[in-house]
Amino acid sequence: MTDPARRRPAEPSQAGVTAEIAALGGSGGAQPRMDYPPYRSSLLRHPSKALQQADPEGVEWFAPMFGAQDVNPIEADLTIQHRGVPIGERLTVTGRVSDGDGRPVAHQLLEVWQANAAGRYIHQGDQHPAPLDPNFTGAGRCLTDSDGCYRFTTVKPGPYPWGNHRNAWRPAHIHFSLFGSAFPQRLVTQMYFPGDPLFPYDPILQAITGARDRERLIATYDHDLTIPQISTGYRWDVVLTGPRRTPTEQS
Amino acid sequence: MTGTPGQTVGPFFEYALAYPGGSELVPRSDPGAVRLFGRVLDGAGDPVPDALIEIWQPAPDGSVVQRAGSLHRDGWTFTGWGRCATDDAGQYGFTTLAPPSFWSIAVFARGLLDRLFTRAYLTSDDVPLSIPDDRRASLIVGREGAGYRFDIRLQGEDETVFFSFPGYRD
Ligand SMILES: [Fe+2]
Repeated sequence: MTDPARRRPAEPSQAGVTAEIAALGGSGGAQPRMDYPPYRSSLLRHPSKALQQADPEGVEWFAPMFGAQDVNPIEADLTIQHRGVPIGERLTVTGRVSDGDGRPVAHQLLEVWQANAAGRYIHQGDQHPAPLDPNFTGAGRCLTDSDGCYRFTTVKPGPYPWGNHRNAWRPAHIHFSLFGSAFPQRLVTQMYFPGDPLFPYDPILQAITGARDRERLIATYDHDLTIPQISTGYRWDVVLTGPRRTPTEQS
Repeated sequence: MTGTPGQTVGPFFEYALAYPGGSELVPRSDPGAVRLFGRVLDGAGDPVPDALIEIWQPAPDGSVVQRAGSLHRDGWTFTGWGRCATDDAGQYGFTTLAPPSFWSIAVFARGLLDRLFTRAYLTSDDVPLSIPDDRRASLIVGREGAGYRFDIRLQGEDETVFFSFPGYRD
């Protein structure tokens, strides 16, 4: 994808963007700032008017349902989608999805997508001159179990360059898409790996302006999940706040 | 508990999230089939070619559908949920049934750091009274041929009304 930022006459430097990030540090809430100039593509794409507060109505108290006909269990293993084995550090990512009261989000759809070990997406628009892996597509799905738990097998994605500013690199991440039990719980986010040196340089992660809030997107290495001779293990739990149903609506 | 923060869907989601039949909640041949379509536009009025639109709606009689099968549609089961990525002209389109009041819509895009929620109402009567007069029109579909047009303007004077739901990661 040609990012419009790539065509700007005066390409901003990392130092300039890092200074902008520092100036906005701590200025937002627990969620990303929608208006976050260091991420250039947000400039024309964030709402400029206040969001209108409302209670969910009707169908919004519910979420779409997915079932066995929607997701084949093998879709949770991104390393067996082709004839050969993908190159990269094989890993297991697992965790629990819960609502704002800690109850499990059970039997619900979870989708993931990511770059390969070299930092290249199979998406047509990805022009990063790193190799594609014929044995890796980088997309998977699963349903959470009755405890709200999910588990994927994949390879560790590589960091990749992008057009936001000169020498911009995304920290390694896996994209996640989740549903709760009510539509407003819908979440699309990214999971990161602990200790990535690219964190402070990345305007997408830093759009969550509080350090403790950013930590909620960083998985934990868990040696108990590491499988001898096979793969390393990471744990990452997700909280989808809500639903807040009134007694009437619950009946 | 604090909700897990959102992040942009990024530019490279289509190969993973879009799928055949995603935007066809019913076959076009369904006697009740209608088209819900429109464009996603940025603050300069330019099309957003890398947005993802999801709709969630009840059946025409108002009942909430709780049926699986949205990812592998069998051609008979209306699930109430659909997904469509915008094309190079920023256009999306669904083949679906008309709900009694509104389609609930989630918007994702590169450059959009978190999802947005809006509603496409069939008539102005159902738009919540809390919405200021000069912004209500942005929530109402326009009739166009046999379909309903609902353009989504992410920013600007005629910006679409987006909702936040207290208690939900607001
Ligand atoms: Fe990415």
